[in-house]
Amino acid sequence: MTRVLGIVTAALLAVTAVMALVVSPPDAVQGDAVRLLYVHVPTAWVAMYLSFGVTSLASALWLWPRTRRRSWDLLAGASAEIGVVFIALTLAVGSIWGRATWGVWWTWDARLTTTAVLLVLYLGYLALRRVPADPDTRARRSAIAALLAFVDVPIVHQSVVWWRTLHQQASVLEENRLLHPTIHGSMLWTLLIGLTAFTLLYFWLLVHRFRLARVEDEAEDRRLELALAERRAEADVVPA
Amino acid sequence: MDPVVRFRSAVSLLGRFPALAGVDLDVARGEAVLVQGPNGAGKTTLLRACAGLVGIASGEVEVLGCDLRRHRRAVRRRVGLLGHAGFLYDDLTVLDNLRFSARAAGRADGDARGALARLGLDGRLADVVVAKLSAGQRRRVAIAAVVARRPELWLLDEPHAGLDSAGRDLLDSLVREAVLAGGTVLIASHEVERAGALASRTVTMAGGRIHPAAVREAAVVA
Amino acid sequence: MWRDALLVAAKDLRVEARSRVATNQVAPFAALVLVLFAFALDPDRGVLGRAAAGLFWLAVLFSALLAVQRSFALEAHDDARDGLRLSGLDPAGIFLGKAGAVAAQLAVLELLLTGGIAVLYGSDLRGAVILAVTAVAATVGLAAAGTVYGVIAAGLRVRETLLPLLILPVVAPVLLAATKAWDAGLSGASGEGWPWVRLLAVFATVYVGFGVLAFGALLEET
Repeated sequence: MTRVLGIVTAALLAVTAVMALVVSPPDAVQGDAVRLLYVHVPTAWVAMYLSFGVTSLASALWLWPRTRRRSWDLLAGASAEIGVVFIALTLAVGSIWGRATWGVWWTWDARLTTTAVLLVLYLGYLALRRVPADPDTRARRSAIAALLAFVDVPIVHQSVVWWRTLHQQASVLEENRLLHPTIHGSMLWTLLIGLTAFTLLYFWLLVHRFRLARVEDEAEDRRLELALAERRAEADVVPA
Repeated sequence: MDPVVRFRSAVSLLGRFPALAGVDLDVARGEAVLVQGPNGAGKTTLLRACAGLVGIASGEVEVLGCDLRRHRRAVRRRVGLLGHAGFLYDDLTVLDNLRFSARAAGRADGDARGALARLGLDGRLADVVVAKLSAGQRRRVAIAAVVARRPELWLLDEPHAGLDSAGRDLLDSLVREAVLAGGTVLIASHEVERAGALASRTVTMAGGRIHPAAVREAAVVA
Repeated sequence: MWRDALLVAAKDLRVEARSRVATNQVAPFAALVLVLFAFALDPDRGVLGRAAAGLFWLAVLFSALLAVQRSFALEAHDDARDGLRLSGLDPAGIFLGKAGAVAAQLAVLELLLTGGIAVLYGSDLRGAVILAVTAVAATVGLAAAGTVYGVIAAGLRVRETLLPLLILPVVAPVLLAATKAWDAGLSGASGEGWPWVRLLAVFATVYVGFGVLAFGALLEET
């Protein structure tokens, strides 16, 4: 099952690459730089919505007593790890694209700023997860931290949107005006296939990361049984 | 029998270490039970579990008739734990520390002053900042903080440690008074003779469990 | 809940009044930050005057970090955190009390810093209403968010380094909104600032609500 998913993902990624580099035309304004779009938009979608959404949802499900399963915590952590990689990728590709089209590596545009804050929030979350603790403690702590980050992101976004619009028109808005009316035909298809490919890639990575976490967790449980037996054996050494 | 403490196959984890590995224990109201055993047997964890300070991974624990997992707060207001640490704020005066302890348990300032007098801390010492006290005085304040809560269940972890002989005698009389007043006491101690004299019964812990021999003995008593 | 909040806030403020860490260390630190900004930026070209609001709130933000760390450091000593859990106080009350004490200290600090930017940066304190309302909303938000993350990081060995990493990105909107609102107030265009005050109010409400709900679960973990 996972293997099929892996093969389909790889195939779609290959198709995306061919479509993006060969089939789709260069943009009228941006030239070949537009091809970065086919990586940038899908990674942004995976990072900002998919991975962050899955982490938040899994954390909420862990906190809700009726749906509390160890797996939700592991899933939240696995998704966050992939999310961080994809956010970093999004920022890196976006930065290169920005350099090619706007002439700068970074601009304090609302979306960029929110993404950067999100990356730091996520890094904090993962740092918290790495602090040694027993599984339930860690799960509770991380789940609450994930939800805190989740409620924070809309506020961050709102604040930076206002921050920018009060000063000047964000350059991405112009960008969007340029892109959206002209995006059609092979460009749209390339983008859609790219989105599908990266979404599948996310799930493929998630399944593998989650399985690994499960194996670690089971090993932990076995260690606990062993520890219990050892602990009880201590009593035999002591005279009554 | 009116059980104040009831453990059934209770397992408690400290991190990944099973400090309690299946404890069965019944303590009735008005009993004073000495828990003895070697270092690392789980005595401290047992007392902390009674106060809901360590989680119960499996099994059941009821204290003062309440399931600890659901009514932890209600239980805590009615127990007093004297631990290795004193839970004192260094920058507060003796009286302020006792007041905070008493009020948190829903008691009045009068109880704080009463405890102060009972431990011989009234007068000059009352307004001294805890950081400036000697270790022995500090220990007395920690005991007073428990007394000020007027607990129904006293959990005393090595209570005689760090006290001078007058302080030890004072502690003994406090425990006897508490039992006479209908309180229940659990003492974890290495000083088997001293603490044993206070106790109506002794159980032995080893390897995170109450030693089977001691449990059988307890069953006969019950 | 409110009774417990008052008890905890009074206790924390009393500790601060006695130990004088806030007055002897945090306040001079904040003032120092204001002076250092003047060194870093060119004071003659009016840069400081234009950046006054941002520098003010940055100084408040750093001080808030210290205040939160201090608030939990005093619970770390002598296992006072266990004492707090044992006390049987309502966790929501403990949260409100600790956040309230942090907010009170920050409020005093902000008054001092306001004098600081007026004197050092030559800021005109026009639009006093919006300055005050902004300060209240931002302070509540900072104290609430800080206290929630403070308890998450408390008790971890890496808390000093982890806490800033957790708090700073979360309170980024507070820095942004409070700076913008103060910019508007200081430049005499209060009207532009009010949407930012609303944002601050939303932030404060969200985090106070979150703290009240989640603090118990966070305090209980061992």
